[in-house]
Amino acid sequence: MYNQENCRFLKTHEWACKEGDLAVVGISNHAQEEISDIVFVDLPKVGRAVKAGENCCVVESVKSASEIYAPVSGEIVAVNDALNADPALVNREPHGNGWLFKIKMTNPAEYDALLDFAAYQATIQK
Amino acid sequence: MFTPHTKQDEKEMLDVIGVSSVKELVNKIPADLLYPNYNLPAALTEQHLTAHLHALAAKNKPLTNFIGAGMYEHFIPAAVPALSGRGEFLTAYTPYQAEASQGTLQTIYEFQSCICALFDMDVATASHYDGATALAEAVLAAHRVTGRKEIIISSLLHPHYKEVLKTYTRHTGLTITEAQPTQKGTLDVAALQAQISDKTACVVIANPNFLGYIEQVQEISALTHEKGALLVAQVNPISLGVLQTPGSYEADFAVAEGQVLGNPVSFGGPGLGIMTAKKAYMRQLPGRMVGIAKDKNGRRAFVLTLQAREQHIRREKAASNICSNEAICALNAVIYLTLLGPQGLKEVAELNLERARQLAEKIGRVKGFSVSTSAPFFNEFVVTCPVPAAQVIEKLADKGIAAGYDLSATCPSMKNCLLVCATEMRSAADIDAYARALEGK
Repeated sequence: MYNQENCRFLKTHEWACKEGDLAVVGISNHAQEEISDIVFVDLPKVGRAVKAGENCCVVESVKSASEIYAPVSGEIVAVNDALNADPALVNREPHGNGWLFKIKMTNPAEYDALLDFAAYQATIQK
Repeated sequence: MFTPHTKQDEKEMLDVIGVSSVKELVNKIPADLLYPNYNLPAALTEQHLTAHLHALAAKNKPLTNFIGAGMYEHFIPAAVPALSGRGEFLTAYTPYQAEASQGTLQTIYEFQSCICALFDMDVATASHYDGATALAEAVLAAHRVTGRKEIIISSLLHPHYKEVLKTYTRHTGLTITEAQPTQKGTLDVAALQAQISDKTACVVIANPNFLGYIEQVQEISALTHEKGALLVAQVNPISLGVLQTPGSYEADFAVAEGQVLGNPVSFGGPGLGIMTAKKAYMRQLPGRMVGIAKDKNGRRAFVLTLQAREQHIRREKAASNICSNEAICALNAVIYLTLLGPQGLKEVAELNLERARQLAEKIGRVKGFSVSTSAPFFNEFVVTCPVPAAQVIEKLADKGIAAGYDLSATCPSMKNCLLVCATEMRSAADIDAYARALEGK
């Protein structure tokens, strides 16, 4: 759905995928593998304004809690409520139904400045 | 396993802050405070020490107790200390290798289950230091849930709880205002309604309140939720044998001092902090929680759960710095509750109601003394004396009676007021003796 080749990435393993003036945000396949069994996602509130790099969501596994940073600035306009009932969606489909939230971008230039898939791959292969 | 830092770690830390030794680090502390001379007498032998302690203990004067004010004397069945004192149980701490101690975790799980049933709430923690810290943690959780900063507390919270809350919230930017009572000794609900706004994080009530009276909990709960604020209720667990449960009036967090459940008053401690919440807020609860899981062979196993809330994982963003509990007190509580059962607890609560009413009636008949009974009360109430309460306390102490708590100690305007309590421990003869002593007979 949000094929990784079409996504932009942060070094901290979030991906963003442009959908009109929205950026859909999730965590990379590599990140979900590292975190392992996800048991809870503390989603942000719809309507919240976030700045690029701001911590706005937490992904919990049994014994870890990972902060999720907004890849771009804007307003949270949707969150993936399906994760409340089935947080393991993030493990099963990190680039699909396991998306986290959508940001209405206020500065699309930020999106263009994110890592592309090849550049992200290079960071995790180090 | 506890791994202290090595000499090398110590050196690295000292290098970062730019001092050469630990001694240099602490040299700002005056030497006489750092290495004080305590000027202690020579050590006693065990025999002499025992004799000395017996002599000190003999100075205690046993009084028939009518003091409540936060800690209450109840009957503790002999089975409670006999079971909790077993070597397998007698530890006051969650073990570091928690899952290796299935027995301990099971007792905590049972405690949480009993508390949820008694309070009619969804989740309970493994316990906290005492009722006051549980209450302060509930306020912080309500702030995190709502994102609001204004806290309204009942002016009829226990004064010590208010102090603890003040300490906990000192650097949080929260503001605390008090909801005022009427002459009846319960909250002024109309005034409270005007006080709650869409900036209110939570309303904190005590039920029964510090003066012993029962609040209009349903109304207060409705008013609180109308403005999107949360209700934090501090209750007396024994009273739940007869009073409405916090769950029934939709409290979001319910906390309590659990000493009353099988733990002695013991000069005011240790306490047992009980904390419960609606399921929606369970990730905001502080401290330990035990859950049920299955081991690799499919057998039932108890585990510490929802640990991502806690500081060993979440660091400075943890729900709380609390990672301990009051295991032995919680164990006493769960044994007590199990021995009594729902019917037994109801009977204890009814006895409390009955004895307190008998006492109130007898005191009311003594010339010059009046009892405030315009609001319903559980096992405690306010007596207005013709003289300062301190004088009454002194007079009754001479007759072997602890008359009550002097309310002027925390509220100067209540100089002649005495907070008096009768639990199931006070017999009809004790109550008669109290009234006679007041009459000066």
